Amino acid sequence: MTEKIGVYVCHCGTNIAGIVDVEGVAKWAAEKLQHRGVVIARDYKFMCSSLGQELIEKDIKELGLTRVVVAACSPHLHERTFRNACKNAGLNPYLCELVSIREQVSWVHTDKAVATEKSKAIVSGGVERVIWDEPLEPLRVPINPATLVVGGGIAGIQAALEIADAGYHVYMVEREPSIGGHMAQFDKTFPTLDCSACILTPKMVDVGNHKNITLLTWAEVTNVDGYVGNFQATIHQKPRYVNTDLCTGCGICQEKCPKKVIDDVFEAGLGKRKAIYTPFPQAVPNFPVLDKANCTYFLRGTCKACEKFCPTGAIDFTQQDEYIQVDVGQIILATGYDLFDVRRMPQYGYGRLANVFTSLEFERLSNASGPTGGKMVLRDAVTTPTSVAIVHCVGSRDKNYNSYCSSICCMQSLKFAHLVHERTGAEVYNCYIDIRTPAKGYEEFYQRLLEEGTHFIRGKVAEVTNAARVPEEEGKLIVQVEDTLIGKQRRIPVDMVILSAGLEPRHDAKDVARLFGISCSADGWYIERHPKLDPVATMTEGVYIAGVVQGPKDIPASVAQGAAAAARALGKIQQKEVAMEPIRATINQDKCSGCRICNNLCPFNAILFHEDKMVSEVNPALCQGCGTCVAACPAGAISGTVFSNEQILAQLEGLLLLNVKQLEPEPVPS
Amino acid sequence: MKEYLYFPGCSLEKIALSYHLSALETTQKLGIKLKELEDWNCCGATAYFHVDELLAYTLSARNLAMAEKEGSVVVAPCSACYKNMYFTNVHLREDPDLAEHINEALQEDNLTYSGNVAVKHLIEVFSNDIGPEEIKSRVIYPLSGLRVAAYYGCQILRPKKDHEDVEQPQFFEDLLSAIGATPVDFPLKLTCCGGSLLISSRPAAYSMIYNLLYSAQRAQADVIATACPLCQVNLECYQQQVNQEFGTHFSIPVVYFTQLIGLSMGIPPKKLGFGKEFLSPKKAIDAIKNIQSQEEVITQ
Repeated sequence: MTEKIGVYVCHCGTNIAGIVDVEGVAKWAAEKLQHRGVVIARDYKFMCSSLGQELIEKDIKELGLTRVVVAACSPHLHERTFRNACKNAGLNPYLCELVSIREQVSWVHTDKAVATEKSKAIVSGGVERVIWDEPLEPLRVPINPATLVVGGGIAGIQAALEIADAGYHVYMVEREPSIGGHMAQFDKTFPTLDCSACILTPKMVDVGNHKNITLLTWAEVTNVDGYVGNFQATIHQKPRYVNTDLCTGCGICQEKCPKKVIDDVFEAGLGKRKAIYTPFPQAVPNFPVLDKANCTYFLRGTCKACEKFCPTGAIDFTQQDEYIQVDVGQIILATGYDLFDVRRMPQYGYGRLANVFTSLEFERLSNASGPTGGKMVLRDAVTTPTSVAIVHCVGSRDKNYNSYCSSICCMQSLKFAHLVHERTGAEVYNCYIDIRTPAKGYEEFYQRLLEEGTHFIRGKVAEVTNAARVPEEEGKLIVQVEDTLIGKQRRIPVDMVILSAGLEPRHDAKDVARLFGISCSADGWYIERHPKLDPVATMTEGVYIAGVVQGPKDIPASVAQGAAAAARALGKIQQKEVAMEPIRATINQDKCSGCRICNNLCPFNAILFHEDKMVSEVNPALCQGCGTCVAACPAGAISGTVFSNEQILAQLEGLLLLNVKQLEPEPVPS
Repeated sequence: MKEYLYFPGCSLEKIALSYHLSALETTQKLGIKLKELEDWNCCGATAYFHVDELLAYTLSARNLAMAEKEGSVVVAPCSACYKNMYFTNVHLREDPDLAEHINEALQEDNLTYSGNVAVKHLIEVFSNDIGPEEIKSRVIYPLSGLRVAAYYGCQILRPKKDHEDVEQPQFFEDLLSAIGATPVDFPLKLTCCGGSLLISSRPAAYSMIYNLLYSAQRAQADVIATACPLCQVNLECYQQQVNQEFGTHFSIPVVYFTQLIGLSMGIPPKKLGFGKEFLSPKKAIDAIKNIQSQEEVITQ
């Protein structure tokens, strides 16, 4: 045995030592695994402390260790710590294995003897494994300082501005004709009741004017190749039918266009726009988009009113789809959310009962620049309601729809209640499951509402119906709800019902995740690298997430994440190059049969197929070492560094204590 | 001719005879044979499952076991029978322990059940297997102008069974539209009729019936169409008592959906069991010109 292996068993305070006889394990390893090359085995209170690390470094230097096994917590937590310790002592960091006897042993067992035996097995497996480790060097790739920001809502805007202000280029891609996202549709923001547009539009204008930002609206990313530092994105620029070099945004085309269309996007179906339009007056960029599906010229071949009246000749009916290639180093996804489709809960009558509104409709209804000029009126556009019920948790906290809490609806509903009460004097009934107001100033806002005389009814609304039972209910919407605080069923007749709809991942969130090589949770929100300690990075290097796309959150939290994602991107840009874990798959081209099974399975699009040689090859810069292809290859042609078959079988042998048992003759049965 | 096993249930023998007659007539006309299950027994009704669940399952399973010998689909016109048989079936499929117990009991009768029967409500046969399009093509006398409240009752849909829309279903209305009638907006279409509450608490049951009648009247329904004998009895036979209790003047006929479909297909009203009701739908139905031109109008 040529290797000299050091084994270090951590107490982790009492986390491990409380259940595992750590000294016993170390002693056992020194004795029983000596024949496998273990020259020293120690236990220590906190291996991850600087004293613990020094212990390892000292042994490497003094005993000439060639391999290190640390038995402590999960590699997710401290693998890097111990690899660095090895590196400091001159040992290649990839010759160090961290095996988990905390998450996999002490935290899940209660029997001390069993836990200790299992720890020995795990240490033995680690020793067998480490023997097969090879010294590796991380790949270093230069970083393209340009960043792609996908989604022009508040989170994306914040991220783009942070990076652009720091002096680096940003490509911002937005699907809609204007940036601004949902926030541009809102009237007021809670709890301060700032005008949403007033605080948002200056930032939108900054994005539009910034010399470091290339703004691509009415566009979508259709393909992404490459890897951290060197992505190539293909962006589909949908035709605007407006030459943006000539357009001055004067708005005459919109004025003259004879075709009115219901605006389902920005006005949530409450208002109309023209076939050529900018979604709202403060749109950035302020160039209109011609909606081909509704344009009289495209439908019937005549009209061209916009073209006739355009003073600069900017209308161009011949525009085609364009595909733009951009090279970027990193990507920030801030693609936001869709509102829960309240039609999925027909018991609340939306679409059937006229005066049931969604939260987004109500935002437009209360917005001074909205379709009613801020007048809160019923669907007939005249009557002011005298009583309004707000139904909380529509589609949220309900296992039939979405079991998660949408986080913003309580505060949004309180805001609605305040605005209705203030502007119409109507009686307002908030029907809630729980009121959740955890952020700064939120609880105070709730207290304010309580004092304003809004009614709060704790109970999930069963039904909104027009089935009157008594004359007082005639012509009203009746909200049937159990008031769980008084233990009674209540029927509340009201003029208007607002459904505080929950937030859902974008309908195409899964496709977008696949496009960028990241993953979604079961609910469909994008998964962060660590839920607490790395909330804006993803498991794909160089791709970050910000805003609601990561999970429901309000404006302040979205802005914070936008800035955080930008900071992460800037950090990498500053390093100028990035070190990539050398854990990679490689394909033995002699064994590869060219079946291409691995090509489609690779979640990172890292496998190329050489048509000429009929074999596949892994691009080492793209490969993230997930091992999917290794397991799938029917010919066994793919091998993963640090995860070779030999290595895993050796580890299994170690776990099963085969070579320990070989030394101990079977006890003779008495 | 497509054949289904038919489990009429106790009500259809007497009180809901018109449902029985109209079910057989209309299905025959639509090319479906309902073959009555031989030697069938009570489904367990509302009460038995609350008295002794195991025995109630056994009772219901006996029908399923006999059905399994003869075919693969058993159709129940009564919503309570349907619900009991449906859930007995589900529980026997999902709980091998229960199935073993029950099969032991069925052995006494030389029967065994292995879970291979599908249970359907009669209205499912009309709306899914035949379909409104097919029915529409068979209509001779469209019931144009007849305003009908489609009353689903609760047990067809609840407890929730497979995948149907339990909040705002439309299949009943679609059937009525197919025969030319006008389904009215009847928001209480899924609300319970009171079931067997009339036996234990009359005032409570009356107020439930009152709500339904009030809602149907408000929607200006000429008739209420139902798919369940118990709903029919509660809504029709107790209208007078409800009127006394609440000082109202309800007089809304309550008929089976199969009777209306039969009429539209030109089946003589007598064959559909018309003439046996407390509140005759004659006036409402005669008001339709098409039906008047029919040779045999509803006779009493």
